[in-house]
Amino acid sequence: MDPDLALVARLAVDLDGAFGTLVRTHQDRLHTIALRFLGEPRDAEEVVQDAFVRAYRAMAGYDAERIRDLRLRPWLAAIVLNLARNRRRRLDERRPPLQLESIVDAGAELAGPDDGAKLYERAARQETIRALAVALLGLPPGPRAAVILRHIDGLSVAEVAVALNRPEGTIKAHVSRGLAQLRIHLANDPDLAPQREMTA
Amino acid sequence: MTARSANPVADVALEAALPRLAVQAPATLAPATLVAVGLADRYAELPSPLGSIVVAWNGRGISWVDRAGDRDAFERRFVERVRRPLHHADAVPADLARAVEARLAGDRRVRIPLDLRGRTEFEVVVWMKALEIPRGEVRPYGWVAAEIGRPKAVRAVGTALAHNPVPLVVPCHRVVRSDGSIGQYSLGGPAAKRAILAAEGLDPDELEAGARAGLRYIGSDTTHIVCLPTCRNAKRITSRHRVPFRSLPAAYAAGYRACRECRPASGAARAA
Repeated sequence: MDPDLALVARLAVDLDGAFGTLVRTHQDRLHTIALRFLGEPRDAEEVVQDAFVRAYRAMAGYDAERIRDLRLRPWLAAIVLNLARNRRRRLDERRPPLQLESIVDAGAELAGPDDGAKLYERAARQETIRALAVALLGLPPGPRAAVILRHIDGLSVAEVAVALNRPEGTIKAHVSRGLAQLRIHLANDPDLAPQREMTA
Repeated sequence: MTARSANPVADVALEAALPRLAVQAPATLAPATLVAVGLADRYAELPSPLGSIVVAWNGRGISWVDRAGDRDAFERRFVERVRRPLHHADAVPADLARAVEARLAGDRRVRIPLDLRGRTEFEVVVWMKALEIPRGEVRPYGWVAAEIGRPKAVRAVGTALAHNPVPLVVPCHRVVRSDGSIGQYSLGGPAAKRAILAAEGLDPDELEAGARAGLRYIGSDTTHIVCLPTCRNAKRITSRHRVPFRSLPAAYAAGYRACRECRPASGAARAA
């Protein structure tokens, strides 16, 4: 059974008592979504905190039935991505163009558990993650958001459509366009040819 | 999978690699979020003209003000009373600190967000009334009770002021007993209350001496306006023109009318 169903049931009767669980359950995935969309860990953290505050205030104004009907995964993702898109727009007006390579470093360090893999394997895997993260940030916002939600966060196409408020057909097109562009990006880098790195 | 794909193995590999971009949220995110929505609080010491104080806050506003001292004891008091987790922080956020500083310096208009959840409506009304008393002035408990439309609730006003969670920021020290004596104070007792009033430019000894001598009101024989003794309008009256009164009826009988600033008629029935 979906653990979110039990969680919305608790939130509906005791928002303050259950909200900490909501934060702990969803913070990693929401931070991933924000970081992979924005590139900058500091921005991502602020966006996710803001998103949780908005989710809390929204639920505080909902009746119990409306909270029970919430589908937390797409709903929270939608809040995060709305805020992330707004922030991106504001930053673009103020900041010089992103230096993608340096920006994703902090995220790359955090990625992947230490599973005892040999050092060079881990280094290679880190390189792959870095290259993927950079390539992802190079995608247009629509395909970027769709790929993040579908293939990193693991939402269904229908859930992504709800989160991004677009028809499922548009989502499918954005996902495949995004994947195709990522493939081209990665294939152009001789050290990071996907065939060699990712089928190992 | 897509028209552009030349290598189906790579397709699968790319989709398998993407979930590895998942990261953990920073450890600071969850605590900061709970503070932001007001389900947990932070606190830090803040220098003030009245010595170091402790300020607790969350995303809704300031939730507690206390004397600086033993942190463990403060945390216990807070959690017992407010029932939220409390964490020490390095400093009060700059905007809150500036606002508190301005308020303590006498600026009543500076907006300070307060988190008064869980308090009764009566308590909040009493505290907001205390906020209207200017720095360097005092009002009797009965005055507060009359001003909020509950003239008989003098004792309840005293209790509400004693439970003020944000002393100094809400100046409950500016409310004194109706007989003119300084009265009790939650933030360190009567001695602390006298010290704070003195720091705000009042002489507590003079105030009490006047009260003992039966001085309740002061009028000006040039304007024929009668005030509470600490009203700024009363303080402006030169000694030559000061006329003391024991009661308002006596002042009215002498042709005086009540000051609109300090409204001495509020609570006059109890004080008389």
